[in-house]
Amino acid sequence: MKVILDSRQIEKTLKDLAGRIIAETPRQADIAAIGIRSRGEILAQRLSSRLSKMLGKDVPCGTLDITLYRDDLNSPQSAAQPQVRTTEIGFDIDDKIIILVDDVLYTGRSTRAAMDALIDLGRPRAIRLAVLVERAGREFPIQADYVGYKADVEPGKLVQVNLVESDGKDEVVVD
Amino acid sequence: MASTRKNKPFIWHRKHLLGLRELNAEEITYILDTAKGFEQISTRSVKKAPPLRGKVVVNLFFEDSTRTRNSFTLAASRLSADVIEFTEKASSVSKGETLLDTARNLEAMGVDIVVIRHSAAGAPKFLSRNINACVVNAGDGYCEHPTQGLLDTYTIRKIKGTLEGLKIAIVGDIAHSRVARSDMWAMTKLGAEVTFVGPPTLMPTEVRQLPVKVSYSLDEVIDKVDVVNMLRIQFERLGGNPFPSIREYSHYFGLTVERMKRAKSDILVMHPGPINRGLEMESEVADGSNSVILQQVTNGLAVRMAVLFLVNQAAAQTS
Repeated sequence: MKVILDSRQIEKTLKDLAGRIIAETPRQADIAAIGIRSRGEILAQRLSSRLSKMLGKDVPCGTLDITLYRDDLNSPQSAAQPQVRTTEIGFDIDDKIIILVDDVLYTGRSTRAAMDALIDLGRPRAIRLAVLVERAGREFPIQADYVGYKADVEPGKLVQVNLVESDGKDEVVVD
Repeated sequence: MASTRKNKPFIWHRKHLLGLRELNAEEITYILDTAKGFEQISTRSVKKAPPLRGKVVVNLFFEDSTRTRNSFTLAASRLSADVIEFTEKASSVSKGETLLDTARNLEAMGVDIVVIRHSAAGAPKFLSRNINACVVNAGDGYCEHPTQGLLDTYTIRKIKGTLEGLKIAIVGDIAHSRVARSDMWAMTKLGAEVTFVGPPTLMPTEVRQLPVKVSYSLDEVIDKVDVVNMLRIQFERLGGNPFPSIREYSHYFGLTVERMKRAKSDILVMHPGPINRGLEMESEVADGSNSVILQQVTNGLAVRMAVLFLVNQAAAQTS
């Protein structure tokens, strides 16, 4: 097990991500963060509070459960049976710039599912993808707009993002 | 897909939902937790999600039903399944033969999930042993109506937070009620204390073997319970003279405004529908602030979506 980001580096990465999002988003645009359960949810909360502070206005935050949109639901090979949880987005996503937040971008399948789930909720002005860690191994033509850290990880290895809220400490490890 | 790191995730493994008696508390809780995730589908702009896309659900109803059938149809549609409505009144051939023939026909059509209502207790179980499709019981005889039991439990849990320690009265024609039985299994397994209330003529003969208290007087329990579930008097099932008159039944077992004055202020008033207004309860009570009757209907949709989703998941993983 190798630590690739420690807690200080995670915070710095998020600060950096927030700065880049603000730099590239038109001032007058309505922006909101939506995290993919479950680590993306926490990262989206941290990102939205940073964005709120930096912009001096409220950047709403929501949580997306993508289970019903997964492409492996009917596949007997799928490793674990996913549990359906709630999507909690307490605002209208129409005409907003949605920063979709996930912990790791790997195959791109979660992102595909998340985009389909979002579109069933309304018509955002744009969806931009922000991830803490990106690694090679895309199976779909999907790229992130904001990447915190590019990890050089061999296929088959697991990139694990641990966060204080869910795991007791902040760190990204390769297993 | 992101990795999940829960210690020992619960796996739902039943491809049939035949009754709640056979489920344990963990399984019941899992269905209710899953249903939470389906609630929002009905409130958003596109009221549809794709998990049952390409699947075929048949509503195989041998008894009349409006709300349960519509609820299952809508639940299946919202999950993007195709739905076949199959209505067949019981024919002169013996039930077993009819059912098996029907089952074979359904198999030939490539049906994935059969939602069945039948006057014979055990019909869903019989079907589940003879076809490959998933079977969901939508009411069998006086035995079970598991999705009603689940939606009642879901409604209570959503408002009260937990079933643990709650006192629940189920009132009326217990003997002919599959709702009472499914409610009893689900609610007692989750830690509630259930009392069956009704005239002795409408109590099942085996009631002493069931995990419930029994009372023959609504007045005796109304001030002590957190939830009161008023069953419908099923005139179509009642033979003989179980009570002298409707007025007398109503006098002793109807939920009246007067009786409600003695109830806890936050008591939940439930009814599986359709209501005989003025008989099981007065209109003012049915439409009053303690009534959660319409929430039961709304929650039923989420619960049925969860059930259809879960049995299909179990089938996918065993295929």
